[in-house]
Amino acid sequence: MRWNQAQIDSLLDGMAEALALDSGEPPPSLVGIQSGGAWVAEALNQRLPTPLPLGRLDVSFYRDDFDTRGLKRSVKPSDLPFDVDGANLVLVDDVLMTGRTIRAAMNELFDFGRPASIRLAVLFDIGHRQLPIRADICGETLALPPHQRVELAGPAPLTAEIRDIRPEE
Amino acid sequence: MTLAPPPSSRVQLTEDGKLRHFLSVEHLPRSLLEDILDTAASFVDVGGRAIKKVPLLRGKTVVNLFFESSTRTRSTFELAAKRLSADVLNLDIAKSATSKGETLLDTLRNLEAMAADMFVVRHQDSGAPFFIANEVTPRVAVINAGDGRHAHPTQAMLDMYTIRHYKGGFAGLRVAIVGDILHSRVARSQIHALNILGAEEVRLIGPRTLLPTDVEQLGVTVFTDMAQGLKDVDVVIMLRLQKERMDSALLPSEGEFFRLYGLNNEKLRHARPDAIVMHPGPINRGVEIASEVADGPRSVILNQVTFGIAVRMAVMSMTISGQESNPDHGGDHGR
Repeated sequence: MRWNQAQIDSLLDGMAEALALDSGEPPPSLVGIQSGGAWVAEALNQRLPTPLPLGRLDVSFYRDDFDTRGLKRSVKPSDLPFDVDGANLVLVDDVLMTGRTIRAAMNELFDFGRPASIRLAVLFDIGHRQLPIRADICGETLALPPHQRVELAGPAPLTAEIRDIRPEE
Repeated sequence: MTLAPPPSSRVQLTEDGKLRHFLSVEHLPRSLLEDILDTAASFVDVGGRAIKKVPLLRGKTVVNLFFESSTRTRSTFELAAKRLSADVLNLDIAKSATSKGETLLDTLRNLEAMAADMFVVRHQDSGAPFFIANEVTPRVAVINAGDGRHAHPTQAMLDMYTIRHYKGGFAGLRVAIVGDILHSRVARSQIHALNILGAEEVRLIGPRTLLPTDVEQLGVTVFTDMAQGLKDVDVVIMLRLQKERMDSALLPSEGEFFRLYGLNNEKLRHARPDAIVMHPGPINRGVEIASEVADGPRSVILNQVTFGIAVRMAVMSMTISGQESNPDHGGDHGR
């Protein structure tokens, strides 16, 4: 199964609409998780009537699987060009599955300060959660068997497809 | 520099080419050195956060095993480990008169019994960290924090980070290393790193008595005259004149050395106008470098210290990662 650029665009339009309804005070800041989440956050921001402050987060140093998988190659610096203290944040990722990346991202955010709130926007939710985490804004929910993943390609154009991964490691 | 240990670079890498120990820059692939610099870049920003810590090495124990005294290197390794949330034990072990191999091995076994995950080793004998890496139990990482006249790889990598930060890369760069090359493990590691990373030209400048005889084999150009050697260089790296060796017949006097090889503004004019000046520290003002240069606008000496913490964080997390990661586990990080 594949999503072409137009199909991804329409998912993003829906998400941006839901995001625009949000009228928090202060207005929210977007935080995209490297790399797919950062692409989605950027694409969402382009669709908003007024662009929001946009940051990027690389959660590699906060992952809970460092002991078994080691450090990812090419970690990118996190870049949050706004004050996290008291901010309303919208964390953005491409795919939500176990919830472990989101947990790592929240841990990292709290090392920058104490946000007033954090909400979660994802392009795809593919289930198989292992932590009590859910998306506030979601492009599309999929029920995938355990050996399948959605992979986003980008940053422009954004497309996605379902791929088989190797049998359970 | 004549006491090179056997080329056992294989001990540094896992079967799939990841860093397991960091003992020497020599023979490492360019991509790995670039990985270290890239990873360090992401750690630099951690130093500027409200909470200057990441949980990567939480629950790990790092032992700083210093057989030779050091303030700066040891404290930056300690800070690097702490910023990675590791527990740190500092051991300053005085030089022992007893048989070194035996003492070292005994020390090692005792520390292993404390379930250490990493040894950061400084030793007056060239090759000691290699010996330890070969003897240590599996899953313990060893980092060389300076051995004899052989190598000081984390210092060299922080220097490479500094150069890349200010110059954008290594292509076309002319780098001069000045002073007491003979006694310098830093210079040796820098020469290897610069050549691996593709610097245009590495120049060594110093009196004949402080240059190793066969040094051209390392891929460098040798100058005994500062004005000629500094001409059009992009980077000047000054080395500490090891004052403890001034008594020997290698040098006439400190004053004479400064007149010929000490860096002042006048000599620096021969370098490119945008050249940066580096020094691994501690600096001897008025011996190898004048205060007007050390404190001047071209000096990046203190920035080197800041970058050093990030580079050591990178090497520590990469070597621990090289112990832990199982090559059978693929690249799919769970979502």
